[in-house]
Amino acid sequence: MVNRPISPHLQIYKPQLTSVLSITHRGTGIFLCLGILLLTTWLVCLALGEESYNIFYKHTTSWYGKLFLISFIFSLFYHLTNGIRHLFWDFGLGLDLSTTYKSGYVMLCISILLTLTTLILGDVVTI
Amino acid sequence: MAEFTLPKNSKIKSGKIFSEANGATRKKKFHIYRWEPDSGKNPRLDVYELNLDNFGPMILDAIIYIKNEIDSTLTFRRSCREGICGSCSMNIGGTNTLACTKSIASFDGDISIYPLPHMPVVKDLVPDLSNFYKQYASIKPWMQTETPAPENSERIQSKNDREKLDGLYECILCACCSTSCPSYWWNSKRYLGPAILLQAYRWIVDSRDKSTNKRLDKLEDSFSLYRCHTIMNCTNACPKGLNPAKAIAEIKKLLLSRIS
Repeated sequence: MVNRPISPHLQIYKPQLTSVLSITHRGTGIFLCLGILLLTTWLVCLALGEESYNIFYKHTTSWYGKLFLISFIFSLFYHLTNGIRHLFWDFGLGLDLSTTYKSGYVMLCISILLTLTTLILGDVVTI
Repeated sequence: MAEFTLPKNSKIKSGKIFSEANGATRKKKFHIYRWEPDSGKNPRLDVYELNLDNFGPMILDAIIYIKNEIDSTLTFRRSCREGICGSCSMNIGGTNTLACTKSIASFDGDISIYPLPHMPVVKDLVPDLSNFYKQYASIKPWMQTETPAPENSERIQSKNDREKLDGLYECILCACCSTSCPSYWWNSKRYLGPAILLQAYRWIVDSRDKSTNKRLDKLEDSFSLYRCHTIMNCTNACPKGLNPAKAIAEIKKLLLSRIS
């Protein structure tokens, strides 16, 4: 039996809006799980008293803490808006190619806008 | 399980370089995947710099030219040269399509040509489609009825019922969609993939077919159908402009409506 090679796949397939938005949906889903861990850590530190809360506060207001928070907030809105897009698909709506591209761009804009709004209103970043 | 890198024997090395474009006004470089089963070597990427005035406008014209004039060992499938047989499906410029209906002019710069992605390679641009055909057979792609056809006439279908087959019967089983689907890359043993599911739907919605429920039963497990995550690479790839993602969504709806 010949030891057949597998033809290249991820290495050569052109990234396109369809696949990129899909893998981002999965990535943000995974990141949301990490965010939940942060939320529980927050609650635990809160319960343990002032000293531990101060440590938590120090980390979440540092640059890497903020970066994590920003990613978490974006993940939340991306997963939410793309989730709504998925609901439409589950009803069999908006599955033709041009609508898929349009809804993809709209979804991306909305999730970025919601992220920025939250960041500004929540004083995470100042403009 | 998903494997994101290529196994050791599948890693691509650089190959031979051929140029005949000296003094040519219209020239183009083609990077073509080559693998010889008898060589015991890894696949390689050959480069052919060609004078575009020597052959026709399509990708298929270019590779037929290479086979006829430069390297007769270059192996690929082709037949109708007009997008109806589905033989010359391959990965061209990063997406799956038919070499015969894709024009060279639609690409800027060099053109890379690989076999359909994540498939066992038979030779050069020829993938092994055995699993794909086995999956096609598994959905029983023929009309199943309970009564014999009426005497002296065919089985009648209303205009409305016939229209439901539009966008489905045109599928030529070239496998462009299935092999563009990351979900199919990681689960091709158990997930049927967009092409086969579109075909399954073609028989499910046929008013003359009487096995609708059995067909739906067959798809109701966690792998055959539900590994579709609506990535939509399939619809993006289809050289016939069909919509496998839509067909899959319709099957999911039918399965749900059976429960309620």
